[in-house]
Amino acid sequence: MKAYMDYGSGAPVDPRVLREMLPYFTDHFGNPSSFHSYGFTALRAINRARGQVADLIGADPQEIVFTSGATEANNLALTGMAPRLAKKGNRIVVSAIEHISLINIAKDLSRQGFDIQYAPVDGDGVILLDKLAELVDDRTVIVSVMAANGEIGTIQPIEEAAAIAHRHGALFHTDATAALGKIPLNPAWQGVDLMTLSSNDIYGPKGVGALYLRKGLRPKPLIIGGGQEQGMRSGTENTPGIVGFGEAAELAKAEMPAEAERLTKLRDRLIEGLLTIPESHLNGHPTRRTPNNANVRFSYIEGESLILSLDEVGVQASTGSACAAKTLEPSHCLLATGLKPEDAHGSLAFTLGKDNNSEQVEYLIRQLPGIVKRLRAMSPITPEELR
Amino acid sequence: MYSEKVLEHFKNPRNVGEIKDADGVGTVGNPVCGDMMTMYIKVKDDRIADIKFKTYGCGAAIATSSMTTELAKGKTVDEALEITRQSVADALEGLPPVKMHCSNLAADALHEAIMDYKKRREAKR
Repeated sequence: MKAYMDYGSGAPVDPRVLREMLPYFTDHFGNPSSFHSYGFTALRAINRARGQVADLIGADPQEIVFTSGATEANNLALTGMAPRLAKKGNRIVVSAIEHISLINIAKDLSRQGFDIQYAPVDGDGVILLDKLAELVDDRTVIVSVMAANGEIGTIQPIEEAAAIAHRHGALFHTDATAALGKIPLNPAWQGVDLMTLSSNDIYGPKGVGALYLRKGLRPKPLIIGGGQEQGMRSGTENTPGIVGFGEAAELAKAEMPAEAERLTKLRDRLIEGLLTIPESHLNGHPTRRTPNNANVRFSYIEGESLILSLDEVGVQASTGSACAAKTLEPSHCLLATGLKPEDAHGSLAFTLGKDNNSEQVEYLIRQLPGIVKRLRAMSPITPEELR
Repeated sequence: MYSEKVLEHFKNPRNVGEIKDADGVGTVGNPVCGDMMTMYIKVKDDRIADIKFKTYGCGAAIATSSMTTELAKGKTVDEALEITRQSVADALEGLPPVKMHCSNLAADALHEAIMDYKKRREAKR
């Protein structure tokens, strides 16, 4: 059986999205800046997509700047905004479980002289608001807390975090990559000034994302050129990609409520089934988690060998093990929840998606115990009774 | 990404297990780093007559363990000492650069087991 369960790492483009995109590769190839019918056609398509993306989060189309993806949007939000606010101060507070792109942007800003503070999380990965409040001061320019964590699924209290930022006159940024299309988002209602959005996570193409910027915010552009995207992101627009993102956003808005309910049932059954394996533990919050995320750790074995073994039986997943990372460090997110490295190594993250069904979930629940047992039997550190 | 050979050894590792009355045992790595392995050797007439391993770790850790046992079996202990991390990696048609040092510990475990065997032999004399 085939059971791809790593949608958070990479998702297919919805065929309905692809159908909308295709004419913009071939027939409607004009440059949106051109003053002729080819240009107008492309520009109209981009404007429509801007409206579709804005609509998904209840924003004004003018508040959406298209980028090459969530990483660039995170860069534009932090590296672009921070120098604009230098008069106010130089402190930036980010949560300890931000995506690695944001963590590395923060580190880079630290080298540029910014005072970076990391707000801790509890054992379920929920940001500690009282600690956040202690770290945010009047010299703080940006607070960044993700809407939901892509690895352990924990949903963050961003409205409360935003209120803390605003009490001190700081901007509030949220990376909504793992939350978009999974839970309702509305930056205006939630007090969000900057929101990172990604296309592939809602079955749009890779290589496209956006930054929501509350009206009036103008980051220093990272890419200088012909002044596209109101001067905030130059370069000829990726029209097919943007059209795809727009279509994906419209579909996500229409289908999210039913899909979230369906995925939540699959997720809960998957977690229940996996936790019947001896010495297994849930990572992340039991209920405050995105509908698609199940993350479980197994003692005495290592996640990369679990992933390779699952791949052999047709199931794809991710791990927070150092052994699957470029850095050779276990996931900073799991460590932030208080796990020891040896426990983080045995974690397995499943992110469910539109093509998953209960047959696949039951198949995985049947397959995994044997795999865990085989690897434990091979491990020199397993207690005898688990082999 | 792994070579076909690494994946093949990961799927079908050779010589997994323990030798209860081993003549030498070597353990390297630790669970904090994510890789740990123990090698057991049985020596007859100065040759490695039997060898088994137990490994906690990633695909590369398991595949290098398996390959090392294959390379060592039947060799004299001194020949087996010439097996290096590099020769194990070469026999597996290469390892990702990041894995060369963290997970490629099996040759070290084998050397530890041989040293343990030599020490025990000295003690008997």
